[in-house]
Amino acid sequence: MRLKYLAIGAAVAAMTGGSVIAANAQAQEIYVPLATYRTGPFAGSGIHIANGMHDYLDMLNARDGGIGGVKLNIEECETGYDTKKGLECYEQVKAKKPVIFNPWSTGITLGVIPKASVDKIPILSMAYGLSASAVGNDFPWIFNPPATYWDGLSMIFRYIGGKEGGLDKLKGKTIGFIFLDAGYGREPIPLLDQLAKDYGFTVKQYPVPGAEMQNQSAQWLNVRRDKPDYMIMWGWGAMNPTAVKEAAKISYPMDHFISVWWGGSEDDALPAGADAKGYLALNFSAVGPNFPAIKDIQKLVVDAGKSQTAKDKVGTSHYNKGVYNSVLIAEAIRNAQKITGKKVVDGADVRRGLETLNITAARWKELGLPEFGSPLTGVSCTDHNGHQSAYMQQWDGAKWVKVSDWIAPMKDKVRPLLEAAAKDYVSKDAAWPKRTEPCDKSS
Amino acid sequence: MDLLYKIFADPFIQMGHAPDLLLQTLWEGLVGGMLYALIALGFVLIFKASGVFNFAQGIMVVFAALTLVGLHAKGVPAFLALGLTIGVMFVLAVAVERLVLRPLVNQPDIILFMATFGLTYFLIGLGELVFGGDPKVMIASELYLPKGAIDWKVFGGFVSFQKIDIAAAVIASVMVATLAVFFQKTRIGRALRAVADSHKAALSVGISLNQIWVVVWFTAGIVALATGIMWGARSNVSFALEIIALKALPVLILGGFTSIPGAIVGGLIIGIGEKIGEFYWGPLFGSGIESWLAYMIALVFLLFRPQGLFGERIIERI
Repeated sequence: MRLKYLAIGAAVAAMTGGSVIAANAQAQEIYVPLATYRTGPFAGSGIHIANGMHDYLDMLNARDGGIGGVKLNIEECETGYDTKKGLECYEQVKAKKPVIFNPWSTGITLGVIPKASVDKIPILSMAYGLSASAVGNDFPWIFNPPATYWDGLSMIFRYIGGKEGGLDKLKGKTIGFIFLDAGYGREPIPLLDQLAKDYGFTVKQYPVPGAEMQNQSAQWLNVRRDKPDYMIMWGWGAMNPTAVKEAAKISYPMDHFISVWWGGSEDDALPAGADAKGYLALNFSAVGPNFPAIKDIQKLVVDAGKSQTAKDKVGTSHYNKGVYNSVLIAEAIRNAQKITGKKVVDGADVRRGLETLNITAARWKELGLPEFGSPLTGVSCTDHNGHQSAYMQQWDGAKWVKVSDWIAPMKDKVRPLLEAAAKDYVSKDAAWPKRTEPCDKSS
Repeated sequence: MDLLYKIFADPFIQMGHAPDLLLQTLWEGLVGGMLYALIALGFVLIFKASGVFNFAQGIMVVFAALTLVGLHAKGVPAFLALGLTIGVMFVLAVAVERLVLRPLVNQPDIILFMATFGLTYFLIGLGELVFGGDPKVMIASELYLPKGAIDWKVFGGFVSFQKIDIAAAVIASVMVATLAVFFQKTRIGRALRAVADSHKAALSVGISLNQIWVVVWFTAGIVALATGIMWGARSNVSFALEIIALKALPVLILGGFTSIPGAIVGGLIIGIGEKIGEFYWGPLFGSGIESWLAYMIALVFLLFRPQGLFGERIIERI
């Protein structure tokens, strides 16, 4: 009988001890969940981004032992680009005390914005999400660097203005706007309407319902009838390659067809091949694998069999955007460690780290990514975006080619509109909490 | 008054002013409609033979096209890949009959319907596991499908006929005609029609239900493959195609679930109707009306013919 109790006691002790050891091990990690979508209608865009994000963080674990000597616990949660599933992911990971949450969908971002300040989890919606969340005073837990959708639209107009010999030359012209008929696609419309008023052009909108992403012939027949001088696209997933094919089909001049950065993947232009020659897209990160950090990814992660990435996809346009996203995560964690002096930081610390993001050209070089992006220096306590520049890339029939220098956004036009939109958002929710988080000196 | 003008006058004036665009819209609708008809045909075949609404028909389109391009990507020559894909669709048909339908014989229709939901998610998972979730370019040139366009200069403008669309229309027409002949004139076709009329009567004269189910699921698989190739060549092969396949629902509402001619005529009405509606009346509603307009067209027809255009009128006396 005694022997039996002894055995039970030993088992209980072992289990308790084991769980204490496991808890200690967990405490020595920084938990970084990644909401990704490798399945569903938008997987074509999501897979490359997920790979870029995951591989860069894996590389930090393999090369540097994590960040500041602390391993990153990286975990993906599949959203299928579905807002409902994305919110379930958020609830699932919340219990594990994530230091950051990347929704990777404007719909999911809009859903988690009210939760973030309550749960003390900073949200990083890199160059997507709610443009107005750039206003740090109203959205202390939301960050959307390096540029908002409104910045992106203003950069496209700067480019068009450059081609036309000045934005005043847009008077009387028609600009077509084809977009995924969802929160993401509709996001830049307020600024588009404002710019139409300011510069005297007419806007023609061509919404593409999610169910019709691969069935756009009616929209492009409308384009053929309306003959817009330029077409601007806010598409995603299967919508983009179909739009490029349809544009080629109606012989729309491809060098007048410009997408925001999410239409700038190789997979968006490749199905149309040579017919897509001339198609333009903004981009804020470099394309190609020729960077020391990406070489490290190839060596330590991809070649080591720790990645889901096909070798020829490393360094592609969307893959590198995923890498960019993880650079922001890593830099925020480093900053948080520096500010707090702690090695194992939490969400509140990383929020402070995000407010002090400062990636100069020299820092990009130190990271092994020289000139990978424009210097990200404007993020602060009040500005959660930075409003950084992007460049224009053009499809040459087989690959993307950089065809412009960095194009700065029209911050003077965008920022007041963002402030007004943030005020409007907050005023609609009487219970919206006032910012109580202090600003760090460096932010 | 202005609104009435925009609804009842302006679209027709536009049609008169730019007849080339009207022709182009009709052509786009016709091609889309033929493809909807092909998808709807897959639903009708299975519904006729087993009374099951096969929710998996949409994913079968994606799965068949993915298998074809996936095999080719692994180095299999295009036509061998096509043959192997047909083989895979046959294996799928046998597996569905053995593992899904046979154990559920005599269960209520709703159980079989739910089983096709399960099959849908199984095929999504299998497709993603084997071939990955990223979109793929259809091997159109390897299959000698035509490229480019023929421009017809007419009415001071032009109508552009994409050669792939012409091929799609021709292939869809040939398939529909072949299937019609197959089911009207052959022994298996007559057996299918007997099964459609009454399972018990068909069994009593020695028709094997199991064999018929394999035949219709395999035929639906071939139809899915043809649709996947054509639609994949028009855009690309991705899981978003599954949503397009659900466009067959209004076609079925309109044409009836049991009628092959209904699927064809319904497909054409929906295809042409939604394109004309989107192009001429869409801007009035902020555009993007195509996805619900198809259902509106079907519902309007149902007001006058509740059984669908060619569906069987079911009279149950109580």
